[in-house]
Amino acid sequence: MFNSEIETMSESKMKELQLERLKWSIRHAYDNVPHYRKTFDDAGFNPDQFKTLDDMRRVPFLTKQDMRDAYPYGLFAVPLSKVVRVHASSGTTGNATVVGYTKNDVEVFSEVVARSLACYGVTENDIVQNAYGYGLFTGGLGAHYGAEKIGAITVPISGGNTPRQIMIMKDFGSTVLCSTPSYALNIADYIESNMPDFDMSSLKLKIAVMGAEPWTEEMRQQIEKRLNVDAFDIYGLSEVIGPGVSAECTEKSGLHVFEDHFYVEIIDPDTGEILPEGSEGEIVYTSLTKEAFPTIRYRSKDITRLYHDSCRCGRTLVKMDKVTGRTDDMLIIRGVNVFPSQIESVLMQEEGTEPHYQIIVDRKGTMDEIEVMVEVNEKVFSDEIKVLDSLAKSLAHRVKSTLGITAKIKLVEPKSIPRSEGKAVRVIDNRKK
Amino acid sequence: MNVTQISAFVENKPGHIAGVLKVLADNNINIITLTVADTADFGVLRMILDKPELAKAKLSENSITCSVTDVLAIEIDDTPGALLKALEAFSNLELNIEYMYAFTQKIHDNAVMIFRFEDIEKAKKALVEKGCRIIRNIDIIGEDK
Ligand SMILES: [Zn+2]
Repeated sequence: MFNSEIETMSESKMKELQLERLKWSIRHAYDNVPHYRKTFDDAGFNPDQFKTLDDMRRVPFLTKQDMRDAYPYGLFAVPLSKVVRVHASSGTTGNATVVGYTKNDVEVFSEVVARSLACYGVTENDIVQNAYGYGLFTGGLGAHYGAEKIGAITVPISGGNTPRQIMIMKDFGSTVLCSTPSYALNIADYIESNMPDFDMSSLKLKIAVMGAEPWTEEMRQQIEKRLNVDAFDIYGLSEVIGPGVSAECTEKSGLHVFEDHFYVEIIDPDTGEILPEGSEGEIVYTSLTKEAFPTIRYRSKDITRLYHDSCRCGRTLVKMDKVTGRTDDMLIIRGVNVFPSQIESVLMQEEGTEPHYQIIVDRKGTMDEIEVMVEVNEKVFSDEIKVLDSLAKSLAHRVKSTLGITAKIKLVEPKSIPRSEGKAVRVIDNRKK
Repeated sequence: MNVTQISAFVENKPGHIAGVLKVLADNNINIITLTVADTADFGVLRMILDKPELAKAKLSENSITCSVTDVLAIEIDDTPGALLKALEAFSNLELNIEYMYAFTQKIHDNAVMIFRFEDIEKAKKALVEKGCRIIRNIDIIGEDK
């Protein structure tokens, strides 16, 4: 455990710490960021009225749109001279979101990533191959600083160039791989299809630190089997800090939230009401220590639940379920709610199919139509058309029986679905909004 | 005496078959015969090539999904009704044909058809007993290069 005092703190003591830090953070945001001052004032809320954790319900939310509107520095709470680093989200829809860090914020960021790595069993004896992209994206530098903080050898290879990744992995004796789950599978694909004589036991890899995109249990099993590793989830959002908001422990059931730095709540996404512990809903974050970019009640749109479960790892930190869906990603197909991750689970139940898929939603007349593109690899390919046809039919049947929607399965060539070292685009919704 | 067929998965989109052919051309692989089976969305390109192992390796390297299948090349008299007679004979022997296609060259003045049987070993045994002329791989692609 990287910080056992915090990570095993009693629930009541943690609440005291959070209350004290919340008072500071809410006041800090109000005093230094015009946006917060305005929304708090408009809601008739004054930071002086914040006395107990129950008062959280009175604090206005912060949305992604608020962040975009503040582009680039509008939500910074310290003079720019105190900011030592910025990151930015890719901004696939609308403006990018720019986040800033003071020296102290960078220190907190490094600490929570180091704690995450320690959760998976990474120590100073490890060699961490960091295949997250270095750049504006928080993953690269975040994992880098965390790995250095723990004292491991940090290999800053960044994303891409798969043959070189494999060579370095072998030559340097990397024991830990940090990347997106889809990139880890890319590496496995590459080895399996282009290096038939490659001896997996020549790799020392034992831990895969997977984050930056939602992934499923089925994907974990594939990564673990094909790369011969234990794969763990690292979760985070650049708006909150980056990776390291929460991390799985070796139990691989739920992620411990580093709640001494991030206060979490679950709300009903429709009404905004706080839901009791254990309920599923949208997770909302409040930073407790961040100086440059405080986030007060940020609506993440990620769907999960929070719970305490005397975890066998000894940590008392609240746990959240692995995030496999976002309110944003949720598709409503002919009135049925569908998450892309559910389709992924269905696809991966079929022997040999891989999690390289893309969902295309269209509207023909008044009917929503959904097409799932699935890449055909050599494990499922046949020279006989009827075998391929029956694969497509069987997948369509599974989608229908599991999700209750009719989908057309379209078999496509390998690598025809764009993948990135960042995030895979899973859904293309062509319906008029 | 089996003939090696390489099959490749191609989407029904302009330029996709060309992509496969380019890999073969770039590696100096000669196509002896080729056929496409297609559906609305995709097709399977079936090919007899002079260097099947090299082709498999190079296609995979270029992220083209492909497979190696054994098929039989059988001489059929180049006369009306000969193919029908052959098919009737297969049917009497209870040999299921998955698909078949014609070979471009004649061998011993006879037409040659490629057959993909459900059970190639069973087919081979029955056809040899019946005195069918099965063409060896080597007659088609020449000595190993
Ligand atoms: Zn635990």
